[in-house]
Amino acid sequence: MKRFLPEYAAAAYLFLYSPLVVLGIFSFNSSKVAIWRGFTWDWYIRVFQNSALLDATLNSLIIACAATLVSTIIGTLAGYALWKKRSPILTNSLYLSLMTPEIVAGVSLLAFFEWLFRFLHVQLGMHTVILAHVSFCLVYVVIVILARLRTFDSSFEEAALDLGATEWQVFRYVTVPMLLPGIIAAALLCFTVSFDDYVITSLVAGVNSETLPMVIYAMARKGVSPEVNALSVMITVGLGVLILLAGRLEQRSGGKARRP
Amino acid sequence: MSRLRIAFLTPTAAVMGLLFFAPLLIVFAYSFLTRGAYGGVMRPWTLEAYDRVFDPLYGHILWRSLWIAAVSTFLCLALGLPLALYIARSASYKTLLLNLVMLPFWTSFLIRTYAWMFLLRDTGLINTALESLHLIRAPFPLLFNSGAVILGLVYGYLPFMVLPLYATLEKLDPSLLDAAADLGASPGISLWRVIIPLSKSGMIAGCLLVFIPCLGAFLTPDLMGGGKTVMIGNLVQNQFTTARDWPFGAAISLWLMVLVLFVTAFLGRKGEELI
Amino acid sequence: MESVLELRDLTKHYPTHQAVNCISLCIKPGEFFSLVGPSGCGKTTTLRLIAGFEAPTSGEILLNGNSVTSLPPYRRDVNTVFQSYALFPHLTVVQNVAFGLERRRRESKIEIREKVKRALALVQLSGKESRLPSQISGGERQRVALARSLVLEPQVLLLDEPLSALDPKLRKQMRGELKSLQRRVGIAFLFVTHDQEEALSLSDRMAVMNGGRLEQIGAPRELYQQPKSRFAAEFLGEVNWINGTGVRPEATRISSNSPGDSVSSFTAVVEGSTFLGDCVHVQTRLPDGAQCTAELRRQECPFRTGDPVYVWWHASDELHFPIND
Repeated sequence: MKRFLPEYAAAAYLFLYSPLVVLGIFSFNSSKVAIWRGFTWDWYIRVFQNSALLDATLNSLIIACAATLVSTIIGTLAGYALWKKRSPILTNSLYLSLMTPEIVAGVSLLAFFEWLFRFLHVQLGMHTVILAHVSFCLVYVVIVILARLRTFDSSFEEAALDLGATEWQVFRYVTVPMLLPGIIAAALLCFTVSFDDYVITSLVAGVNSETLPMVIYAMARKGVSPEVNALSVMITVGLGVLILLAGRLEQRSGGKARRP
Repeated sequence: MSRLRIAFLTPTAAVMGLLFFAPLLIVFAYSFLTRGAYGGVMRPWTLEAYDRVFDPLYGHILWRSLWIAAVSTFLCLALGLPLALYIARSASYKTLLLNLVMLPFWTSFLIRTYAWMFLLRDTGLINTALESLHLIRAPFPLLFNSGAVILGLVYGYLPFMVLPLYATLEKLDPSLLDAAADLGASPGISLWRVIIPLSKSGMIAGCLLVFIPCLGAFLTPDLMGGGKTVMIGNLVQNQFTTARDWPFGAAISLWLMVLVLFVTAFLGRKGEELI
Repeated sequence: MESVLELRDLTKHYPTHQAVNCISLCIKPGEFFSLVGPSGCGKTTTLRLIAGFEAPTSGEILLNGNSVTSLPPYRRDVNTVFQSYALFPHLTVVQNVAFGLERRRRESKIEIREKVKRALALVQLSGKESRLPSQISGGERQRVALARSLVLEPQVLLLDEPLSALDPKLRKQMRGELKSLQRRVGIAFLFVTHDQEEALSLSDRMAVMNGGRLEQIGAPRELYQQPKSRFAAEFLGEVNWINGTGVRPEATRISSNSPGDSVSSFTAVVEGSTFLGDCVHVQTRLPDGAQCTAELRRQECPFRTGDPVYVWWHASDELHFPIND
């Protein structure tokens, strides 16, 4: 068994990466059918000429940035407070929200917004999408921040208190600066989760808030389009870079790393 | 409780209350109402939606969802255990190897599903290749069946299995396996009698972490299953969009939530540790 | 003289054990006071109670006669030098030292700059102002930690094993500097250590702690020569126990001939000797099996293993304890 483990692992990694790699290769195929006919940049150029795609990308960016900003700030505060003192009710709520199937979260948010709109004269749109994204991004921020704080030496906080800093000043001038790489990592993770979401977004989006995953979904249902291949490659590479960056930052934060 | 703590926790508590629990409460209420003429809900209060959940018409969807989720979970375990074992036992590149498993998970789920569609379609890479090699005459139906859905789910949720398995296997003392071998256990026996019993907690956590999202899956059956392989998630989505039978959709959602609650409670402290 | 810091019946219970048990103690202005004891004796907890990181179960802490028991750490006029120094890794040396002054906002920016400059000069760190803690040596980090606390001119400076992170040679050097620094600034130091040599050499007065209680308080010489308990005697230095009498090795004499009847003497056999550089420890065994070590100067050690000898001492060098011990 031990002997076959490396071969097995290689096969598993092949399984994980080959579909993406094949898609990447064929995004440069000059033919529309799945037979290699030569190299071309055409599909990438077409992506940038497709105004529907560009509009959706802009929407996705606005939503992801807004949701990331809000979730990162309030999630960092909550993670910090939970590190200081546990709160089983809030922790379990966050955990439950993580385990809830997306489709259930999506339809319940839809029902909730529709119910609210009876009293408020607003409609589904970017704002509802942003609110929905905050609700599912938040837990990721709390997880990352709590994980980072677990390796944080609390004597830094004691030293700051000892030197006359109030609890808020300790947080503001010592903990946040020392935790910054972790906070940025959490934000990057948040961004990718938000940018990628289709299920919840499609349920709570209004007429003018079509996002990139929604456009990709529509195109994928219609059939294979080399344009989608090219777009997919760009998104995957972009998100992949963000995730690798987040990983690097995560390892650096926590106050331990810089102490020799 | 200090004022600072209240100030720090309030925004998150508010988001959880307003955007997670309140919506679930609305769904709970709607599940006891009657379907409105043009969608939405109206009175009287009734249990009708719950009766229909067990209608044989929908029973097979529930049944299909359960077995697809179960098979996917089992396959994830079968594939994930050796992989996790390899990563845990590898000497120097543990973090890198683990991150390589997690990396695709964090990039777009939709795009990863689309990548499989590109391979499996009638006009996809595999069929085209086989046809041009004259191995088959007509496209082989690789997509739009239960097998494709299971493939998509396994591909999508394998990291959820590898992560907790790795966490338990990593703590396993490698000398235990040497001891087992020394005492005459074949590799198969030591897997069965040593590794599996000692990594039980990780296996349970991994199975639940895979089973729940598989059971509630929407995107994978929708894109890779086509119209024939409907699962609970698709049924819920359909009731809230095209069919516009909100009470029924709400009732199914609540059943799913009960299941999730049950599993979450079962995971208990282990779940909290994940956070 | 009035005391700058007073502990009254200070007690700290944890669910599992009693860390600090009814400690009362006064520290005078400008005094170098050490709290010494084995690990787990409650000395660090006592320090954390004074700093305000933990709340006492009962008892009181007075600073210049005013109770600070219920004040948070940032409102107590005491400062701590941490065992790990806890220098903020994201701030430069200057920013670390200015941290407390900036939070306090009592001085103008120019005054702060001046004070920081003076504090760094005091610990001989001028020229390293813009380095990060990771870019300076261990000894330098120790000085930054001292400057960071001293710049606030606290009533009492609390030091939690500040020398333990340094290598032995540097430790000896810093010991001397610490003492002279304390003399120059005139601030009372409360120094916590498990190293009895450090405590004996640095302190004006010191206290021995054991199991959450104070065993004895006094000047180092007094504690060493007249310990009130076996624990204090053995913690502060080696003791030979002969027929229930304790004698320190350096007070123990060895001779080949009988010292006469004026002192109590015992016959013994030399078991071996240990060369320690500046002195030699000669181990002997008495007929009843008890071991007895004598410290001799290097040049006066003619004894070989197996030699029969007389072991004796002057009555004034005997250690006596209350009977209940």
